[in-house]
Amino acid sequence: MLTYLAQRIGLGILTIWVVSVLSFVIIQLPPGDYVSTYLAQLAEQGSTASAAEAESLRVEYGLDQPVYVQYAKWVFQMVQGNFGMSLDWKRPVADVIGDRLALTMIVTVAAILFTWILALPIGIYSAVRQYSVADYIFTFLGFLGLAVPSFLLALVLMYFGFVVLNANIGGLFSPEYADAPWSLAKAWDLAQHLPIPALVLGLAGTAQLVRIMRANLLDELRKPYVITALAKGLSERRAILKYPVRVALNPFASSIAFLFPQVVSGSIIVSLVLSLPTVGPLLLRALLAQDMFLAGTIVMLIGVLTVIGILVSDLILMWLDPRIRLYGRR
Amino acid sequence: MALLSVRDLRTYFVADEGTTRAVDGATFDLYAGKTLGIVGETGCGKSVTARSILRIVERPGRIVSGEILLQRDGGYIDLAKLDPDGREIRRVRGGEIGLVFQEPMTSFSPVHTVGDQVIEAIQLHRRLDKARARARAIELFRMVGISRPEGRLDEYSWQLSGGLRQRAMIAMALAAEPRLLIADEPTTALDVTTQAQILELLRDLQRKTHMAIMLITHDLGVIAEMADDVVVMYLGRVVEHGPVDQIFHAPKHPYTQALLRSIPGIQHEARVKLPTISGSIPHPFARPAGCPFHPRCALVMACAAAPDGVCCDHHEPELITVEEGHSVSCHLYRKKGAAVPLALESAR
Ligand SMILES: Nc1ncnc2c1ncn2[C@@H]1O[C@H](COP(=O)(O)OP(=O)(O)OP(=O)(O)O)[C@@H](O)[C@H]1O
Ligand SMILES: [Mg+2]
Repeated sequence: MLTYLAQRIGLGILTIWVVSVLSFVIIQLPPGDYVSTYLAQLAEQGSTASAAEAESLRVEYGLDQPVYVQYAKWVFQMVQGNFGMSLDWKRPVADVIGDRLALTMIVTVAAILFTWILALPIGIYSAVRQYSVADYIFTFLGFLGLAVPSFLLALVLMYFGFVVLNANIGGLFSPEYADAPWSLAKAWDLAQHLPIPALVLGLAGTAQLVRIMRANLLDELRKPYVITALAKGLSERRAILKYPVRVALNPFASSIAFLFPQVVSGSIIVSLVLSLPTVGPLLLRALLAQDMFLAGTIVMLIGVLTVIGILVSDLILMWLDPRIRLYGRR
Repeated sequence: MALLSVRDLRTYFVADEGTTRAVDGATFDLYAGKTLGIVGETGCGKSVTARSILRIVERPGRIVSGEILLQRDGGYIDLAKLDPDGREIRRVRGGEIGLVFQEPMTSFSPVHTVGDQVIEAIQLHRRLDKARARARAIELFRMVGISRPEGRLDEYSWQLSGGLRQRAMIAMALAAEPRLLIADEPTTALDVTTQAQILELLRDLQRKTHMAIMLITHDLGVIAEMADDVVVMYLGRVVEHGPVDQIFHAPKHPYTQALLRSIPGIQHEARVKLPTISGSIPHPFARPAGCPFHPRCALVMACAAAPDGVCCDHHEPELITVEEGHSVSCHLYRKKGAAVPLALESAR
């Protein structure tokens, strides 16, 4: 059990390292750098900068050095908790991100919880009453949920919010709380704004998870231990909930691993549409501006959180499945 | 007085592709302290019969007709008429009729300890708190010959050997001291030594508790060793029913005779091919008309040759008593002049 855990943590650290290299390299990949983007902006505004000025900017930001030196400096600083300066915002990256990272996490976790809460009963129902009318309806809705892009759903919901409720359903806070310091009232305000983004971001995952749960449970329902449970005198309902559902729960725990990145990347565009103060819009802007320290930090932090999410799912799996707990395998 | 009487039980699986008559008119009785062996080739409806009795046939299977009479308080209740998810049948399941079946690997949930599952069975039928139920589980484990029962309770089924797992299964089935134990191929997946131990255990438990056992197997050796009475099934029907000595020494039905010829005996010469039953079991959707065994029967009577024009491919034989307690479903044993119902199948 401890070996398994140590193995998982080791793997997580390795993953984080790979993520850091990849995020740094990917940011460097497009032609040009922050200075060339900056010069282009200047040119648009009608002013120009000389080649010498550009070069001094590059030296200032360390862009003239080889990539691996830049990477080493970046990592070295990051380990010390210093994420560097945002070139675009001219402020420390940590300041620019602020509590957007925490809000991203809150929205993501809310979306995953929404996914679970919806997918569990629907998956169970669809398997136990396979080929019933409701099963077909859920299947249809599921494919719809998969096929509709989440930003479109966000737009539609916004539209109905305006037309029917005459309210702006976007954002995560009411205007009076947006810049207020954290308080209980602000947290409550946040909780009230969460359902819409959770729905938008969680719908595709819900559809996927319903299919997974249904397929798994159908397999488990045919296992002899279900007959054993019924033959003991358990009611069908209790027998199904206690045994096959419990065994079919494993994929639910592992679902964090794929839901997490899916929801985070989905949230980039959805956050723009719903004007959510998450890191999504920030990342987009940073990437466009080739603001590498900001973009790199965001990608890196999301990577770390994903690894933590996967670790949590491993822990849940260990708790759920004695075969993993005792032997480290399924 | 029979403990359980199955009367003309029919359980069909109705699907779009066709109807499988898994059990098609099974009749037999079970008595306290006695073992009834049920034999037949694979797919002849043995397991479905067992599940029908407990009312746990899975969809789309359904009891179409027949009675399953369980003796209780001097009278009978008909299990076939009960709501399959009702309180009454759940009292019977585990409480009055226990079930042990073949798959020792998967008959326990892999994510619950064996003890959890056995204690649950106890608490379903006995008002015992957790500690007392646990004590009872330990007692049950000891009774079925599991060493170190306290430790075993907290293990998972996949940590136990096949023999131990089957013993735990038997302990669970006996949690509420049922009057009838249905054992569906309880030893098929075990090695010969373990098989003998499990059978010995069942016999031992029967002596102690005086319960009835319905032992399903396709191993005639097991039947010879264990059973008092034998039911031979073919395509969902009882073709012969009688005391074990009669079945082995004076089998009546051509199918039973063929089955007996196909088992290797020690007196047989080595490397001589055993006689097999000609042909194979027909597809469930393509049931032969008349006697279901007639296409494979060596003694089949064609219409022209048959007395009274009763022939095997048109008329379905009924169970005929040939001796006290011994009945057979075959036209060969029909008394001359007795009326024979024209089987519905012959209309097709
Ligand atoms: N769930 C089901 N759906 C459709 N048909 C079924 C189902 N379960 C059993 N049957 C059919 O019922 C018939 C009897 O099956 P049953 O399992 O009772 O055979 P068996 O005598 O127990 O065989 P074995 O010796 O292999 O265990 C078979 O033709 C089988 O195909
Ligand atoms: Mg069977």
